[in-house]
Amino acid sequence: MRLILPIGIVFALAAPSPARAQHEGHVMTPTEPAATTTEQKPPPAKPAETPRPLAVDHSTMDHSKMEGMDHSKMEPPEVTGIDHSNMEGMDHSKMDHAPSTSATPIPLVTQADREAAFPAVHTHHEHGTSVNSYWLLDRLEVSDTDDGTTLGWEALAWLGGDIQRVWLRSEGESVDSRIEHGDVEVLYGRSVRAWWDVLAGVRQDVGEGPSRTWAAFGVQGLAPYKFELAATAYLGQGGRTALRAEAEYDTLLTNRLILQWRAEGNAYSKADPLAGIGSGLSTVEFGARLRFEVTRQFAPYIGIEHDRAFGNTADFRRNAGHGVADTRVVAGVRVWF
Amino acid sequence: MSFKYPGVSPGIAMPSRRRFVQGLATGGALAGLGLWPQTGWAQQSRKMPVLRGTEFDLSVGETLVNYTGQTRPAVTINGTLPGPLLRWKEGTTVTLRVRNDLPRGSIHGPDTSIHWHGLVLPANMDGVPGMSFDGIRPGESYLYRFDVKQAGTYWYHSHSGFQEQGGMYGPLVIDPAGPDPIASDRDFVVMLSDWTDMDPAKLFARLKKMASHDNVYQRTVGDFMRDAERKGMPATVADRRMWGQMRMTPSDLSDVNGQTYTYLLNGTAALGNWTGVFAPGDKVRLRLINGSAMTYFDVRIPGLKLTVVAADGQPVHPVTVDEIRIGAAETYDVIVQPGGQEAYTVFAQDSARTGYVSGTLAVREGLRAPIPPLDPRPIMSMADMGHGDMQTGHDMGAMASTQPAAAADPHAGHAMPGTPPPPSADPHGGHAMGTGAGAMSGMGHGAGGMQTHPASETNNPLVDMQTMAPTPKLDDPGIGLRDNGRRVLTYADLRSNFADPDGRDPARTVELHLTGHMEKFAWSFDGLKFAQAEPLRMTYGERLRIVLVNDTMMSHPIHLHGMWSDVEDADGNFQVRKHTVDMPPGSKRSYRVRADALGRWAYHCHLFFHMESGMFREVRVEE
Repeated sequence: MRLILPIGIVFALAAPSPARAQHEGHVMTPTEPAATTTEQKPPPAKPAETPRPLAVDHSTMDHSKMEGMDHSKMEPPEVTGIDHSNMEGMDHSKMDHAPSTSATPIPLVTQADREAAFPAVHTHHEHGTSVNSYWLLDRLEVSDTDDGTTLGWEALAWLGGDIQRVWLRSEGESVDSRIEHGDVEVLYGRSVRAWWDVLAGVRQDVGEGPSRTWAAFGVQGLAPYKFELAATAYLGQGGRTALRAEAEYDTLLTNRLILQWRAEGNAYSKADPLAGIGSGLSTVEFGARLRFEVTRQFAPYIGIEHDRAFGNTADFRRNAGHGVADTRVVAGVRVWF
Repeated sequence: MSFKYPGVSPGIAMPSRRRFVQGLATGGALAGLGLWPQTGWAQQSRKMPVLRGTEFDLSVGETLVNYTGQTRPAVTINGTLPGPLLRWKEGTTVTLRVRNDLPRGSIHGPDTSIHWHGLVLPANMDGVPGMSFDGIRPGESYLYRFDVKQAGTYWYHSHSGFQEQGGMYGPLVIDPAGPDPIASDRDFVVMLSDWTDMDPAKLFARLKKMASHDNVYQRTVGDFMRDAERKGMPATVADRRMWGQMRMTPSDLSDVNGQTYTYLLNGTAALGNWTGVFAPGDKVRLRLINGSAMTYFDVRIPGLKLTVVAADGQPVHPVTVDEIRIGAAETYDVIVQPGGQEAYTVFAQDSARTGYVSGTLAVREGLRAPIPPLDPRPIMSMADMGHGDMQTGHDMGAMASTQPAAAADPHAGHAMPGTPPPPSADPHGGHAMGTGAGAMSGMGHGAGGMQTHPASETNNPLVDMQTMAPTPKLDDPGIGLRDNGRRVLTYADLRSNFADPDGRDPARTVELHLTGHMEKFAWSFDGLKFAQAEPLRMTYGERLRIVLVNDTMMSHPIHLHGMWSDVEDADGNFQVRKHTVDMPPGSKRSYRVRADALGRWAYHCHLFFHMESGMFREVRVEE
């Protein structure tokens, strides 16, 4: 149950609706410029603008003689407040007070100019509307367990733009090519903050237990220090609810040899004996996987996975003759495209 | 050799083994696919083709090139990469028939266009599909005809699809109507660019999947140990905390680097050794053009001083330096006077120090000078990002303003004790814009004062960072170039050798923020991508000031089509006329624009994939 509190907080942080709606009506005078046009008052005489003695009129200087000067070495003198005494030596008559008409005439517009300026254009210019996708097989691994050779997987994909995406997620385990447990999720995700997405969709359980269908609501993102976090609440039939939280972190031993830390916890509101699940915190997994990125997209790894059951889930396991905790060596590949 | 290359029409023989090797060595284009003027498997001449006059026929097509050992289709103009050097004369009217000969099914197709970068011309000649015209469909042509009203070094490139990354760019040199005030005995174009074997569309898709793909220089456990030993554990932990809070890495200097790119000089990789031949005592004019999609180059010629005489085609008071950082789309004309050595290396390393391209200036072909090693890879500091000169050990918890907890008030807790307040104790208390601070020109805020941000950035998922105390940084050589023992050109060195051509004070100020999200690889102005943003409207004849604030940790070369960007100095005075204004991270710079060109104009970051992902606005000048 302790899991719920932090997850709730994450939700509270991430749930607010899209950014702009939230700020409608806020009056942010200095920062308002959406198409940012700030009318400026007529410019006062130049001396006011530059209390620094440096601001002499360059047009009166012969820059050709300045080649040897290193401007970067020039330090503006310390000025506290606007020190007008610094300006006494300046000859105001030399300052070009800006004219109101252009020094080079602006050509009068002819009808031909107008036609050339706004030709009939039938195509539409587009930038930033591309639809992309990402397919990641984060874990595809084998391990030797009491039940035989176990194949575990965790996959993730997104399709869409920068803000709205369809997410696919799946994880599970199969033993001797029979799926023992696993799930597939299809979610709509929307970025609500720079690093956070909220998600809603469905989860379908697959495998030996009851094949339950859940509504899923989640948040995922990149926390400070580049922790990848995902937390999802599930609502099933008959008032069942479940929670899953997952965190991943990469430690770069080198830029190719990467140690991936991973933790996942699951909790359920109601026991589900057919699935071997008790109520409350049911399982926690920890893993450390050392991968070598042969290329960015292909990385074999070896690792250690530890999982532990709690509460009634542990009882179910004991009754089935399994251990409550299990530590095993895994070997697999990480691939994306 | 029966494997199939995408986009290559059947029936074209694959290169022989011998040609293949040649191609790698010279890095040139292997073939024109039956397009004018080249046919068959002619190897590109190492001398850049030059087209002079006032009438031009240009054909956009696909050409096989080999820069890495792999033969790949490039999109080219008249079969060469870069396209031919176009040499015009100021005061003439040029006519260009541009025909789309891209093969059906080309990865670079279907439509094409040519934009004349930095040229002042009518909007329907500007070559931006969807704004200036409809683009050029396969098999069709577009007739460009306009008066040439300026002189100097420029370039041209496609504004369609991903063609600019695919090889479709070329140099453009306009000779002055009268005698050239910049006298020289030799005149070479040095066009730098970045080539990838990847389909550029796939490269963009990869950036969207994993923006940090090429950043294989991230700090590791070993680096932590070393830093802890050198700087002490508390400082190291504090440093890692700051970056960790922001979820960013200080080694993130460019989005695409030498991991993906092969850098080219006049369409030749370093192995091919482009060579410019001089006679001892010659005054040699080099026209540096950065035609790359995503690369800033640091250029130098060990043993020679570079005298910069023009920037973005426009003459400047000569300034002599050892090294120049050239942003994407910028051009610099430099004069060098080789002598004493038979050969000099023209060395251009990318700003992240992941690769280089070099060529040679020599008294004859075939000579080489030593190629210097890449400089050490720099690491960004908080000051680089406009977060002031932070002392380590400050609680940075409130710094990541887009963090949910701090979101309600993005500036809560942003008082940075480490930021040196400059002139007075109350840095900008009375400096609110429009309260007599007009003279501050929206600039000159110096190194202090809290930067405000547009409301559209607040809680915006596409904005992962906001700068707190940006400065003009005009006299800053830039990340990786400070204190390197060489005199490096800065923007403060660039002064037009003419007075402000307009002379009026800007009547209004438009402030735009450069924004982005590194992980999503989403880039924008004010947090709004092109598709979400209204055009920036200007009234014909008005003079306004654009203030740019960089709210990202990347540099952005910002290019306004059709009109000049007259960069102001830190005090708000006219300083230098440019067409592309570099905006380093943590910078706030301003320039004046005279809206003297009616029509719809593109305004965008010239890092190609930043533009592609949304860092683009329409500027609309109306009567």
